[in-house]
Amino acid sequence: MSESRVLIVKIDPEKCQGHARCHALATELFELDEFGNARVRGSGQIPPTLEDRAWIARANCPELAVEIVEQAKAPD
Amino acid sequence: MVVRESDYRVNSPPITSDPPDHRPMRMVLIPPFTPQAVARLEAKARAVCNELIDRFVANGMCDGAVDYAQTIPVLINSQMLGIPAQHGDQFREWITMALQTGVTDEAALRQAEEAIAAYFEVQIKPRRENPGEDLVGFLIAARSPDGEPFSDRQVLGALRLLLVAGIDTTWSAIGSSLWHLATHEQDRARLVAEPESIPTAVEELLRAYAPVTMAREIAKTADIGGCQLREGQMVLLSFPAANRDPGKFPDADKVVIDRKHNPHAAFGLGIHRCIGSNLARMEMVVALQEWLKRIPVFSLDISKPTTWSQGTVRGPRNLPIRIG
Ligand code: HEM
Ligand code: SF4
Repeated sequence: MSESRVLIVKIDPEKCQGHARCHALATELFELDEFGNARVRGSGQIPPTLEDRAWIARANCPELAVEIVEQAKAPD
Repeated sequence: MVVRESDYRVNSPPITSDPPDHRPMRMVLIPPFTPQAVARLEAKARAVCNELIDRFVANGMCDGAVDYAQTIPVLINSQMLGIPAQHGDQFREWITMALQTGVTDEAALRQAEEAIAAYFEVQIKPRRENPGEDLVGFLIAARSPDGEPFSDRQVLGALRLLLVAGIDTTWSAIGSSLWHLATHEQDRARLVAEPESIPTAVEELLRAYAPVTMAREIAKTADIGGCQLREGQMVLLSFPAANRDPGKFPDADKVVIDRKHNPHAAFGLGIHRCIGSNLARMEMVVALQEWLKRIPVFSLDISKPTTWSQGTVRGPRNLPIRIG
């Protein structure tokens, strides 16, 4: 990935059923609301050190609710 | 596969309800079962496991299903519901009648359902005045999202579900996990050496030995994969088969104890996703951690019979284990 691109993680609230797998596997990226459904922490931008775990969380969501997209980096 | 055609319907919200009736009871039940909420029961679960191990560890053998797996969820569930743990044998008898005998014997199913309802009616009475802190009281005091109390029929149905859904499922999952480790030397040794891998291993054991198969009632006549399904028929929904789909899981029939990509469906998919999944996971992880700490070396005793349940919940019912 080029320097000017970043990875963003998103959760599709229509699909999420609160299995909490993403939260268990990458707590730094996901939080759960009081009904156990997942939300992305902050902007969802994935720091390079958490990239592997973001992909793992995506691969373990049984509802296919975790999405990872590449975006142009906002100018500094 | 069509299992049964019958007019008898058990009322157990949320599992027996469709939208829009499904959501109110589900939303009320979810908060007590979030990961944060069940973490508060972890110390109790560890204590329960150790007390059970104390009873048999010196004998050099045990029945992993009877002496260990079956008792853990009974004690945790009764603590949450606020009902006496001594009634555990009675609960297990009703659950077996409802989920095993009851699959083909409707009279047994009715008898179990009536006994469970009568039991909870007695439990509800004193809590009408003083609901207290437990789940029975919580449900009586609960209001649906639009502020309405639930009817007695709904409360009884939900309590029945919490009892039936939480016990032999988790008991089966812990039992199958022990069976696997008793028969797979390398996996056992690895989890003893790397206890931090136990949560990942639990997901793989859930995938491979998924204890629960559910059913759905056909709402509209349809043709699925060349099979004609008529309105009113019941069909099986095999989560265990989905979990061994070779298109989804490489080496689907192999237990890969550190499988990294594991979106299994052992707790179902969609709006009926198991409400107790976080509790069941916690119980499984704790049960294996405490067992492996105290009993790192064990194997299946093949001189005695291992038996498995028959019905919609699958797991060992007798699991003779040699310790050491
Ligand atoms: C390893 C143990 C368990 C397994 C494998 C399991 C499996 C399942 C499955 C597959 C469903 C979905 C049913 C469907 O789609 O129709 C379900 C639903 C449910 N489970 Fe579990 N379960 C377990 C433990 C528990 C526990 C401990 C509790 C609570 C004490 C519980 C409570 C429920 C409830 C209330 C539902 C209905 C949810 C709804 O319809 O909205 N389960 N379970
Ligand atoms: S694993 Fe998927 S379904 Fe579960 S909480 Fe995370 S996003 Fe939602």
